[in-house]
Amino acid sequence: MSLEQFLAVLIDGIIYSAWLFVAAIGLTLIYGVMKIVNVTHGSFYALGAYAAASITGALLARGMPPALSYAVLLGSALLVTLIVAPLIERGILRFMYVKDEVVILLITYALFLILEDAIKLVWGVNPYFIAEPYGLLGSFDVFDLTYPYYNLILVGVAIVCGVGLAWMLNHTRTGKLLVAVIHDTEVSRAMGINVDRMYLFTFTFGSLLAAIGGAFTAPTVSVVPGLGVEVIVLSFAVVVIGGLGSLPGAALGAVIVGLVRSATVHYLPQAELFVIYLVMAMVLAFRPRGLFSIAEARKI
Amino acid sequence: MTTIKKAVAAAVVAALVPAYAAAQGTPAPGEAPLKIGVVSFLSGAAAGPFGVPARNAAEITIEMLNAAKVPAPYATKGFGGAALQMQLVDEAGSTTTQVTEFRNMVQRDNVDIVIGYISSGSCLAIAPVAEELKKLTVFFDCGTPRIFEDKSYKYVFRTASTATMDSVGAAFYVRDTMKAKVKSIAGVNQNYAWGQDSWTDFEASMKQVSPGVKVASSQMPKLFAGQYNAEISTILGAKADVVHSSFWDGDLEAFILQAGPRGLFKRSTVILTTGETAMYKLADHIPDGVVIGARGPYGPYAPDNELNKWFSKTFADRYNVPPNYAAYQMTQAILGTKAAWEKAQAANGGKRPSTEQVIAAFERLNFESPAGKVEMAIGAGHQAITETAYGVAKKVKGKMTVANVKRYPATMVNPPDGVKSSDWIANGFKK
Amino acid sequence: MSAARTMSAARTPRTLALILVAILAAGPFAPQWTMFLLTIALAKGLVVLGLMLLLRCGLVSFGQALYYCVGAYAAGMLGRSAGVSDLLTLMLAGMAAAALVALVLGFLLARYRGIFFGLLSLAISMILYGLLVKTEALGSSDGFNVLPSTLFGIRPADAWVRYAVLALAAVVTFVAALAVHRYLGTPLGRLAPAIKDNEIRVEYMGASARYAIHVKYVIAAALAGLGGALAATTVGHIDPEMAYWTTSGEFIFITILAGTGSVIAPFLGALIFGVIHTVAFDLSPNTWQMVLGACLLVVIVFLPNGLWSLFRRRRAG
Repeated sequence: MSLEQFLAVLIDGIIYSAWLFVAAIGLTLIYGVMKIVNVTHGSFYALGAYAAASITGALLARGMPPALSYAVLLGSALLVTLIVAPLIERGILRFMYVKDEVVILLITYALFLILEDAIKLVWGVNPYFIAEPYGLLGSFDVFDLTYPYYNLILVGVAIVCGVGLAWMLNHTRTGKLLVAVIHDTEVSRAMGINVDRMYLFTFTFGSLLAAIGGAFTAPTVSVVPGLGVEVIVLSFAVVVIGGLGSLPGAALGAVIVGLVRSATVHYLPQAELFVIYLVMAMVLAFRPRGLFSIAEARKI
Repeated sequence: MTTIKKAVAAAVVAALVPAYAAAQGTPAPGEAPLKIGVVSFLSGAAAGPFGVPARNAAEITIEMLNAAKVPAPYATKGFGGAALQMQLVDEAGSTTTQVTEFRNMVQRDNVDIVIGYISSGSCLAIAPVAEELKKLTVFFDCGTPRIFEDKSYKYVFRTASTATMDSVGAAFYVRDTMKAKVKSIAGVNQNYAWGQDSWTDFEASMKQVSPGVKVASSQMPKLFAGQYNAEISTILGAKADVVHSSFWDGDLEAFILQAGPRGLFKRSTVILTTGETAMYKLADHIPDGVVIGARGPYGPYAPDNELNKWFSKTFADRYNVPPNYAAYQMTQAILGTKAAWEKAQAANGGKRPSTEQVIAAFERLNFESPAGKVEMAIGAGHQAITETAYGVAKKVKGKMTVANVKRYPATMVNPPDGVKSSDWIANGFKK
Repeated sequence: MSAARTMSAARTPRTLALILVAILAAGPFAPQWTMFLLTIALAKGLVVLGLMLLLRCGLVSFGQALYYCVGAYAAGMLGRSAGVSDLLTLMLAGMAAAALVALVLGFLLARYRGIFFGLLSLAISMILYGLLVKTEALGSSDGFNVLPSTLFGIRPADAWVRYAVLALAAVVTFVAALAVHRYLGTPLGRLAPAIKDNEIRVEYMGASARYAIHVKYVIAAALAGLGGALAATTVGHIDPEMAYWTTSGEFIFITILAGTGSVIAPFLGALIFGVIHTVAFDLSPNTWQMVLGACLLVVIVFLPNGLWSLFRRRRAG
């Protein structure tokens, strides 16, 4: 194993991990606070990607300077989430929290199916892409390998999201209220915390993170129908490995999956298809609740 | 609920089923229009590059046929004077769904002919069912050679060449255009039957064409993976002379977008066997010299005949984009079926032919399509062979075109009748 | 709940028998495509019956498609390698293969609860999917075709095949449903709601929740394998997508649609799902996913106990 190969595995792994992390933290946040497994996570990822691709593409065609496109990516994700997420949470989910967690999962699955076709109706079936933000910053070389700087932006977005979320949870009032709700919803409600408002905020914020993931991925891929489907399963795997509801868990899970996958691609390409599920199964076999699970009191 | 109420409820439900069936309509005798079941991807990732263009092609071809506006030799209305009615079915969903919908089309909706299927999995599952239900079924796009190599069918036809042709043609193109000897090859293909078979055939063909060639790396990412940084890094590190990819749609476009800035196209000769579907849209990202395939003589490789002029203009006028190979293949299937139908009708004294008569006419038929000549020459007369062409991308005055085009005749890039593709390649393409 | 259940539970064997007779009698007169739809509904219903069993313990398996797929491939491979085409044999083989796999995996899975049970079962089913897609000898993602079925050595005439398969499927399903119904009346079977409510109390009572769950897991897998083999021979084709998570999703969809009130519910749910699916395809080929999602939502919101709650007798007071 040469140094060049090792570095390639490392860099590719980190880039993939960053992408996984951004895609997955929204999911773990929503689970941690609301205790729901949110399948619409994939839809918001797709919505973010479609919105970013179409809005940025349209603005670039009208002569917007490409340097602004990064802000537009973020703005598009924000726009689409602020429209759709509250609609879903207030319109449907709000009435469902009393139900079993599996039933809520199925409700989000039904919503996902509906959103898939809704996206198709709005944006059509043809692929969208906006490549300018990707190529704009040029690339750098590591030995013989060339990497666009854009990948570093993705890593940057991941770090900002992670650190930002951690800061918010620990140092802002809303964040501390959220932590209270994460630990015990009933007691929080009894203490006077407006849990409904917390839920709305969490769902919107978690979905926004998914949309940001999609928006910043859009310049590197072609946005097609079905974009959200793959992300759901991958995000689940990452979040479960790290422990549902745990932010450092999601980070660790993303890093593990990213590096393992990268190594597999370089050294054992045949196993690439299922290696992530293998890791998931193995982690669950030894730590049934994931690596960093939230302590839950046993109720007799 | 008492047992009586339950029985009544059950009876109501039981009555709804035949009512629903009856609502589908029964065919009138005599000059009834011909119902054609058209199956193509209307949702999911395959819809954009293949499914919807194919559907559009079906729509416009059937419309033009009904108005008798298609150039010779297809100038008569519909099929031999009978108008055509299209029933559209989405190819998405599991094979169980596809088989269910096929049976529904044939037994509940009474379609006369089924034309469709892009996915090889669907084709493999549908072929025996078509045989069981004795319904003429024409596959227009699916690539696996297994259909007629593993079994023979009476009611099933395929009017486009198999995917073997793409891989063999690519290998021949490499042999004929790369001056320096090719020492190593690499592949990036999707890890499912299509990608696996494409790579296997290409590798085997290259070993025949350039003996001693080494495989530097074969990457098989998951279908729809979307992120190919690691694969691209590995291929860059492998430093192969030729890189082969049968990626399609979103994966193809993502790969082009991600590989370009990393210099892959400069370092190796890259062959994109389905590149035609992305070449116009991604023109700015495909540098000159990338080898572009269209799975046959379609799109930019189509001949300049009357049919092609009519087809490309009519399609582009209606849908604002030039037709891609999926569109060509669908029209080819419809026109081929028409040719067989009318030949059978003429042999039947001008009366509407039976399915068996159409089949007899279809076997070993040669017909013209916008893509040139199609010969139903192998698979006991049920599998078509066409020529193929490959060229490199080249921008002329800012417009994407193909240059250095090489055409390979049908018998050179398709196995002979009765010989399995893999055996044919292993034996050095013996005719 | 228990009293109402006992009341309708007594009627269940009778209702099952009535349905069996109805299918056998009406079958020859039904259109071919209806018989096909019904056979597939029975196959999927079997899988859902197993899921219902697990759901009563409070466990949802997101990877039940694993056993559906194992059953299907077992049937297909027996046909391919040994030329076996007898439908009953293939179905039993599928059942046995799935049960065997579940016996082994159950040692691991019976330790998990809630969402982790679901996700671990999902992971395992996706691993099988990946392995199958990689196996070119089995046709990779294209799969392979299954031999035409024979029944006890006879290949029925073309016009009678659908009926023959449906009849055998109906009889086998009747036996399976009856067996499960009886099982639910046994002490081990009755443990399910107790486990769902409070497992620790169950242990204090002296019963082993782990053992009970392991047993139910194997039964559910056996049913899924039976269904998978039936589906494979009816459709005539097997491919790895049978182990994909969307297939599991479909089964869970039907489970919720149907409700857990009775062993008849899964089959009703599967039939209605099949009809909705096919009608959605027919009437809106471009937006059938949306129709499906909307239907699921409507059922969950307005009929929280599934469609079966429409048939439940409402006791006064």
